[in-house]
Amino acid sequence: MYKNFFRYLISAIFLLGFSVNSNADFKVGFVYVGPTGDHGWTFQHHEGRNAVEAAGIKTTFVESVPEGADAERVIRQLAQSGHDLIFTTSFGYMDPTNKVAKDFPNVKFEHATGYKREHSNVSTYSARFYEGRTLLGHIAGKMTKTNTIGYIASFPIPEVIRGINAMTLAAQKVNPNIKTKIVWVFTWYDPGKEAEAAQALIDQGADVIMQHTDSTAPVQTAEKAGVWSFGQASDMQRFAPKSILTSIIDDWAPYYVERAIAARDGTWKQQDTWHGLKEGMVAMGPYNSAMGADLVKEVEQLQKDLASGKVHSFTGPIYDQKGNILVADGKVADDGMLAGMSVYVKGVEGDIPK
Amino acid sequence: MIKIEKRNDVPMALYFFTPFIAIILTILGGGIIFYILGFNPIEALKFYFITPISNLYGFSELLLKATPLCLIAIGLSFCFKSNNWNIGAEGQLTFGAIVGGGVALLFYNQEGFYILPLVIIAGAIGGMIFALIPAILKTYFNTNEILVSLMLVYVSKLLLDYLVVGPWSNPEGFNFPETRQFSDSSRMPLLFEGLRIHAGIFLALAAVMLSWFILYKTYLGFQIKVSGLSLKTAKYAGFKGKTMILVVFMISGACAGLAGVGEITGPIGQLHRMISPDYGFTAIIVAFLGRLNPFGIIFASLVVALTYLGAETAQIFLQIPKYTGQVFQGMILFFLLASDYLLFFKVKILNLKKNELRH
Repeated sequence: MYKNFFRYLISAIFLLGFSVNSNADFKVGFVYVGPTGDHGWTFQHHEGRNAVEAAGIKTTFVESVPEGADAERVIRQLAQSGHDLIFTTSFGYMDPTNKVAKDFPNVKFEHATGYKREHSNVSTYSARFYEGRTLLGHIAGKMTKTNTIGYIASFPIPEVIRGINAMTLAAQKVNPNIKTKIVWVFTWYDPGKEAEAAQALIDQGADVIMQHTDSTAPVQTAEKAGVWSFGQASDMQRFAPKSILTSIIDDWAPYYVERAIAARDGTWKQQDTWHGLKEGMVAMGPYNSAMGADLVKEVEQLQKDLASGKVHSFTGPIYDQKGNILVADGKVADDGMLAGMSVYVKGVEGDIPK
Repeated sequence: MIKIEKRNDVPMALYFFTPFIAIILTILGGGIIFYILGFNPIEALKFYFITPISNLYGFSELLLKATPLCLIAIGLSFCFKSNNWNIGAEGQLTFGAIVGGGVALLFYNQEGFYILPLVIIAGAIGGMIFALIPAILKTYFNTNEILVSLMLVYVSKLLLDYLVVGPWSNPEGFNFPETRQFSDSSRMPLLFEGLRIHAGIFLALAAVMLSWFILYKTYLGFQIKVSGLSLKTAKYAGFKGKTMILVVFMISGACAGLAGVGEITGPIGQLHRMISPDYGFTAIIVAFLGRLNPFGIIFASLVVALTYLGAETAQIFLQIPKYTGQVFQGMILFFLLASDYLLFFKVKILNLKKNELRH
């Protein structure tokens, strides 16, 4: 009796949410894991939101939403308060997003970097950041004097390992003596830890530093130490103008605008998107003139070839650390293999933390 | 000249009334901040304090959020009442969650009514053991419990990081820093379908009752209160100080551990790195706002939980920065301490003649 009463009450509340939905203007909600001023991951998603807003669509964002128990409430509140499309922009929102999606079949959900699409109103999207890493590897291989590249890594998930491998393969192509040293910091954003990791790598002889973390601390450390570095997620050039050779930029804006318009016009469909240089979801920052005109030209050509598909970041032969073949000569790695990548290629030092 | 004098006759009624004054001042102060930020203060306050709990779902979320705060604050009240400054409830929560979560992972593919109680007890014991570290160091080595308990927070968080990245990470989880999902048998039963409020709230209520009983009806409670008022008196009366310190830390740790287990077996359902948005620290505000009184703490935990929810709602509807939630929590504590000061001390402005000053 009581149970039924509550069930009706709850459905009534949900229905209230829907009725607001259909009458109010079309609105898009964004859930961010960090502050909009992190100059990295969240900053770029916020830029994407600004583009949606500029396209004449109303948006709302909630920043610094912890990936714990709070995420579900925030997502649910956005759905309840009349948002028709909700972007949840961190991996940790995967389960809460799917859970809320079940209760709001008329609201569309887009989850970044996840793999679960349990309901027809959930799409996932991510970028082929590894294509940018290939360009970084090419540049690093040419620029290093010590033949040692320092890599600040966050978590040993496929995306990060893919980046390490893509970079190492490209660097080996132009400089066979290259070594990749890795420091795992086990955080996405911790300026203190990232700066320490950068310094540790520099002390070990690395004269090119790159990062798969979001703060500007590593590039600033590199600038002070007088070694090369690369920006991550956004164009970090102004934080280390001498040291930064280029940045990998996550440009979510075109995708966000396209999906928002599709949802508004009723043409939105569930999909799993993995866009790269070709579609512009991965873009490169300005190249440092210290690279020299020849290298800039080379890299720009490689960027075009990666975008057109003429060159693939993972073209065989590729060997793992023990010398076993991963991708045969003349073949390229398929998306399935890329999505689950969990071993280093030859030339990377150390073991993947277990 | 300003002179500060202690008041001798502070009425108890006023003592329990000042938290309300602090809350009212916080709301007024918040209104002013919203006004300066360019928002309509009335509208902003409405989204902050009324909208979040204007429906059943919102109210259930308030209770969900208040549950860990209440549990931890109840535990802390034992420590604070007896002059033991346990600042590390966040660490005890984390360690409790680690131990409880470990047991839950042990049974990840099993069903059984006995699993959840085991997980809960393991969590309480975990928190208890972790709180015993600063307590033992204090009683036998004279260390400062504030420092030790605070530093242990980082120890437990790093341990959790290590476990979810390494040995306990989900084998099918592509190395993402999280464990497997717990089986349904180690999840807190939900009270209502469609809502997240779970049986953990009964743990909090039981803790409230039990703490009231211990504090006001037992010899231990008497010892705790006397030690809090005057350590010298307690010694003179022959109370066993060391045992009492150990006991209050154990109670405090057990409560924090229960809060941790409630979170991971309730809304979260697994271990990962973000199991608590600093509940252990926020609960310190809750304990003081509740006047270290079990029933006051219930009320205080609801108020502070509302500042979390309000910060989210205000951001969704008005795009007010989320950090105003922390500003509100800070203001509550500030106004409470300020009104306490004025309650216990008189500020006298003395009119002195000019020549007296020169002299």
